[in-house]
Amino acid sequence: MTLGTRAGLTMGKATRDAFGRALQEIGASNPKVVVVDGDVANSTRAEWFGKDNPERFFNVGIAESNLIGVAAGLAASGKIPVAASFAAFLLCNSYDQIRMSVAFPKLNVKLVGSHAGISIGEDGPSQMGIEDVSLACSLPGMVVMVPADEHSTRKATQQMIEHDGPTYLRVGRGDVPLIYDENVDFQIGKANILRDGNDVTLVANGLMVSAALDAAEELAAEGITARVLDMHTVKPIDEAALRAAAVDTKGIVVAEEHLHHGGLGSVVASTIAQTNPCKIAFVDVGDQFAKSGDGDALLEEFGLTGANIAAKARKIVQG
Amino acid sequence: MTGIHTAPDFDRLAELSKSLRRDVLTMTSEAGSGHPTSSMSAVEVMASLYFGGIMKYDAKNPKMPDRDRFILSKGHASPILYAVLAEAGYIQKDQLNTLRRIDSPLEGHPNMLRVPGVEASTGSLGQGLSMGLGHALNAKLDNLDYNVFVMMGDGEIQEGQVWEAAMAAANFGVSNLVAIVDLNGYQQTAPVTKVTDPSTYADKWRAFGWHTVEIDGHDLKETHAALAAAADYSNGPAAIIAHTKKGKGVSFLEEDFSWHGRGVPKDRLAEALEEIG
Repeated sequence: MTLGTRAGLTMGKATRDAFGRALQEIGASNPKVVVVDGDVANSTRAEWFGKDNPERFFNVGIAESNLIGVAAGLAASGKIPVAASFAAFLLCNSYDQIRMSVAFPKLNVKLVGSHAGISIGEDGPSQMGIEDVSLACSLPGMVVMVPADEHSTRKATQQMIEHDGPTYLRVGRGDVPLIYDENVDFQIGKANILRDGNDVTLVANGLMVSAALDAAEELAAEGITARVLDMHTVKPIDEAALRAAAVDTKGIVVAEEHLHHGGLGSVVASTIAQTNPCKIAFVDVGDQFAKSGDGDALLEEFGLTGANIAAKARKIVQG
Repeated sequence: MTGIHTAPDFDRLAELSKSLRRDVLTMTSEAGSGHPTSSMSAVEVMASLYFGGIMKYDAKNPKMPDRDRFILSKGHASPILYAVLAEAGYIQKDQLNTLRRIDSPLEGHPNMLRVPGVEASTGSLGQGLSMGLGHALNAKLDNLDYNVFVMMGDGEIQEGQVWEAAMAAANFGVSNLVAIVDLNGYQQTAPVTKVTDPSTYADKWRAFGWHTVEIDGHDLKETHAALAAAADYSNGPAAIIAHTKKGKGVSFLEEDFSWHGRGVPKDRLAEALEEIG
């Protein structure tokens, strides 16, 4: 992982690991929490909960539609089910079940999608969840979170359980740089300002927060000050932080490890367009599927880098 | 779950069945749309469940933790569910004729957030059995004794999710889950025989690990006995294939599957009601 190098970040654990550990902790104190797995618990790290709480852990098999329905039934009977699988399979394979069995009846199901983004690398496009945020955001009432590092993921997992209603938490496979220490202030719907600046704003989530911090460092060397927002919650979006960014700086670059349409970029643009239209640029996977290959090399090839964010920011600042 | 299901008053259940059919016909005729025929095939099963002493429920306490749950997976048959819920006291009978109106909670397909006694929001076919399995698994976690009944259509079980749930339920060994397939013979555009072979349905459920029986779903005694036995079955999930007639009780509806999704026109309602008796 080269992201975060320029910003001097140190490596931490994968966000799936942080999710798994937090879920295990929560499981020890909250008997209402149950896990429904689609035979990938060793990958999602939900198995750590399962080993401690076998009676509250249900592997329904490779059957994501049923996974969602079982979680919905458990929620309707008062449990707090965590429905965890790969982001690609959870959101895409069982989208109508999430729509009808979870979102429409507002059931308290906690969706967790792992292995999101193109940085999973060698396994290729079939395993890469890159449309998950768009799908989740489309559903009324769904809270959608894409935390950047292990400490914020731990907080996100805790708040997901405390929140009453359907949520989607996106986590990744590989180790990622540390953005925070363990006392990170994390609130659903409230962006974290990681760095302040007056020239341009970089809005990112997940892995791209590290890239945004790299970009800010690169821009600083040129005398351009960038505000960096960790927009860990895509829905509900932090409208106030975005409005302030539009007013205080010359424009916004949005960076995400997701397809162009319907993700963080779309949400930021539609939010800003209503009240504070400003220059906006996007760094994302575009309108294309990725391919198999080394994760770092893929990020480079698809432009998910600090350098690309900096280039777009420069253009905004220079007009 | 095991329990004692005493023989009900079958004459009363027969009269109730007539009354429920009249409600279904009247409310869908008034609404001008809806699925009366898919509802009428399910009458005896639902009358037995709710009024034959099979199900334990309290209309004044719809979320009672140890209530038996009924999930209408074939959500388009909402009129019979609403008629039953009115008869059971969850909703007012005079609400029935507000079916499908913009100011009515009685939506075209059941919405659990708006109608007490509705256990699942359904209408996208194939999803009810999975939800039922979730409820069934919860009973063990909470050390509660209740049954979950899920009614599906004979066309609905073409959905793959049904078989995902069927496989998982058998594997979990839940004996408080009962699947009911309302085999009324017709799906939206064709007889079911043109699409799948219903004569293999019972074998399919058995192959998936379910204790399965086939019954005449309009014979109240047979229906009641099968439901009581399925509720008491303690060695895994149980399935009932209920052979029924779409539109049962009104000859001109029974003869023509194009009535799916249509209410009886108001000028033919009296004729239909008269046939019910």
